[in-house]
Amino acid sequence: MVRPPGVSRREFLSVSVAVGGGLLLGFELPAPPPSAFEPNAFIRVDRDGRVTLVMHKVEMGQGTYTSMSMLLAEELEVDLADVRLEHAPPDDARYAEPLFGVQETGGSTSVRGNWEPLRRAGAAARSLLVAAAAATWNVDPASCRAARGTVIHGPTNRSLGYGALVDKAATLRVPSRVPLKDPKDFKLIGTPAKRVDARGKVDGTAQFGIDVRLPDMKVATLAACPVFGGKLASVDDTRAKAIPGVRQIVRLDDAVAVVADHMWAAKQGLAALDIRWDEGPNAQVGTADIVRALADASLKPGVVARDDGDPVKAMAGAARKIDAVYELPFLAHTTLEPVNCTVHVRPDGCDLWLGTQVPTFTQTAAAKLTGLPRAKVRVHNHLLGGGFGRRLEVDFVVRAVQIAQQVTGPVKVVWTREEDIQHDMYRPYYYDRIAAGLDAGGKPVAWTHRVTGSSIMARVTSELFPKNLRVIRAVGLHQVIAGMKGLDTDAVEGAAEPPYDLPNIRVEYVRQEPPGIPTAFWRGVGPTHSIFVVESFIDELAAAAGQDPVAYRRALLDHSPRARAVLDLVAEKAGWGQPLAPRSGRGVALLHAFGSYIAEVAEVAVSPAGDVRVPRVVCAVDCGTIVNPDTVTAQMEGGIVFGITGVLFGEITIKGGRVEQHNFNDYRMLRINEAPVIEVHLVSSGEAPGGVGEPGTSCVMPAVANAIFAATGTRIRRLPVKDQLHPVS
Amino acid sequence: MSNTLRVNGTVHTVDVPPDMPVLWVLRDVLGLTGTKFGCGMALCGACTVHLDGRPIRSCITPVSAVTGKSITTIEAVGQTSSGKRAQQAWLDVEVVQCGYCQSGQIMAAAALLAAKPHPTDADIDAAMAGNICRCGTYGRIRAAIKRAAAG
Repeated sequence: MVRPPGVSRREFLSVSVAVGGGLLLGFELPAPPPSAFEPNAFIRVDRDGRVTLVMHKVEMGQGTYTSMSMLLAEELEVDLADVRLEHAPPDDARYAEPLFGVQETGGSTSVRGNWEPLRRAGAAARSLLVAAAAATWNVDPASCRAARGTVIHGPTNRSLGYGALVDKAATLRVPSRVPLKDPKDFKLIGTPAKRVDARGKVDGTAQFGIDVRLPDMKVATLAACPVFGGKLASVDDTRAKAIPGVRQIVRLDDAVAVVADHMWAAKQGLAALDIRWDEGPNAQVGTADIVRALADASLKPGVVARDDGDPVKAMAGAARKIDAVYELPFLAHTTLEPVNCTVHVRPDGCDLWLGTQVPTFTQTAAAKLTGLPRAKVRVHNHLLGGGFGRRLEVDFVVRAVQIAQQVTGPVKVVWTREEDIQHDMYRPYYYDRIAAGLDAGGKPVAWTHRVTGSSIMARVTSELFPKNLRVIRAVGLHQVIAGMKGLDTDAVEGAAEPPYDLPNIRVEYVRQEPPGIPTAFWRGVGPTHSIFVVESFIDELAAAAGQDPVAYRRALLDHSPRARAVLDLVAEKAGWGQPLAPRSGRGVALLHAFGSYIAEVAEVAVSPAGDVRVPRVVCAVDCGTIVNPDTVTAQMEGGIVFGITGVLFGEITIKGGRVEQHNFNDYRMLRINEAPVIEVHLVSSGEAPGGVGEPGTSCVMPAVANAIFAATGTRIRRLPVKDQLHPVS
Repeated sequence: MSNTLRVNGTVHTVDVPPDMPVLWVLRDVLGLTGTKFGCGMALCGACTVHLDGRPIRSCITPVSAVTGKSITTIEAVGQTSSGKRAQQAWLDVEVVQCGYCQSGQIMAAAALLAAKPHPTDADIDAAMAGNICRCGTYGRIRAAIKRAAAG
């Protein structure tokens, strides 16, 4: 169903991102005679009636191809079963995410950012097809309607398929603004429409980046210096070159790659290399050093992210003061499709085949390395075998291009799982100091929270700000200014604006970078860290006040009715307060992030040996208007499993400047026999759509930790839980 | 060195080292890319194929070990009764997310259903615990296996 972009697209009209993020339809140059009708960057109708939807957001499992198609198809009046999908080429001008200003899929933004623009694109195309039919019949367009790829003239019962209208529609002027459907008239939006990418994923035909095969293609695998920041000193490749199928050894500054006929020869060749590394300045770095530096940095004042009321005075006057330190570890992404990128560098151009969340960054990276103009760099995007933020980065593109520059013909660079884990870009280690003052009734009258950790935003935005005017327009000048002041708005998201009534609150951020260790966004980004801390700590306050965790939160939600509603719903559905077996417990957590409200209750059972099982998770979701309820449910289910893996097992540790974990034996994933029963309850809402890809993960982590406290009395202030619970006799 | 193997009913002779895992023969030599590479150490199950109807991890199975035996991959498992039912149940229940692990999941499930037409939860746990799904579709995998068993 998904085919790579092939035919060059006629640039009759373009869609450009306007100031403020809206999409505008506008004319470009006069077009040659049309072979297809392309009213905008997302829709193409061929003369044979075939409708192609161009997917500018990438599909990494989150259901975006289905929801984006639903938005277009709803207004275009076509059946999902009748459309073809095409991966969009890199083009920020046409395909930038309205919320970011660049062509990027991440941050749970797809439906939020495209809810209106894609419906408008569909409506504009449909109105032209209707106008073309009306002109053909010489009737009033208002007497015509569109349905299932056909325009129908009601009074005379005449009809014309979209394909027959292509030539005429292409000559018509796009109306400035076409009204959108009243939500009560939606046929597709709000229904559990079937995923458009499912069939190829059950019969083996789905094409991920790693599945690319090209004539004369070689396969390469690589070893980068295991110590971050180290360099290649020397390599003896005598034995490797003797292995049948090994073609070439490629040396980079800090890595070696073996190019071969197939992955097995490449792996064998890599194992046969005698490599000497110059381990560089980080050769002695260990996790304890990194944590010590974070702890020291956390004692200094940070950049203020939120300052309401007078927390110092309120703290001094509080009946009771509670404080805590929370620590969250480095985490790897471990997408099940290992990192890979196929590249063909030629003197006159460069082609890349991969799955990426950032097609234009990929194009730019390859253009910079090769010296080619961006127009000569073609990016063939694919389905992603998981993203979770890993494929927001282009480090693996850079390596693949550097290798390909030394290879004649196309080369597929595939990382082993070990390389994928040891040279990921990691969710930062965070060190949080948090404190609250309670009044005599146990209510928090003062709240201070200082987040200390690496700034992913600083790295990412330094590549964009202030050069890219489009980005500044999209994210807003206040973000740029905050960044210049040293505030990482992502690192404090979820911490700076808890949904609770906290009259005296101060939230700060301290930037402290780990030496040599690259950091990156991980599913749930800032909130995955912040919500864990805030929701664990509010649970501590409830316990200190001797109050029920749900009731305690509820009393602080007078000004957040949507948060209170999901909390009430989850408590009811979970059977909150009903008895459980000994060493079992329920924990609750509440999230407002990504434009959505989520509450989750986790049930845990802790064995006498201290092993934690999570048999059940109940989740209540208010994500505003829902495009596809089954997608929302699936994202909560998946996000919850992802979060449980993180909270129970997830931990990357550093010793001697290198990552200690290797593969799924020592970087554990939750498995089917350990997975909970998950119940998801959706709140019906007419509010603007919120994101759903990440909040399920962010919310379940504190819910599990709070349940462990309920079951055992042990408060989890450092993740993962792993072996922190002591055996009982 | 030439090795002969039967894949999805077709006999292939391939010039590869005898210790080359079946996974890479399938993917890089025969072009059957439905079988996935996930870990290379039989830890994730993405590479699961059938050897004479039984599930194996192709990433650690040398091609020399499958001579004279019959390999079935995701591309042809729909021609078996249990494979066809599993694939349909996967679609009915909307199991897939990123989909990368699902070839291996379906191969493991099809083998389970062939051996135990009405698997219990414990049977499902035992047969499927070797297959990691990073997207967390486990609940739907369980539901799909039960649906396939019922239908």
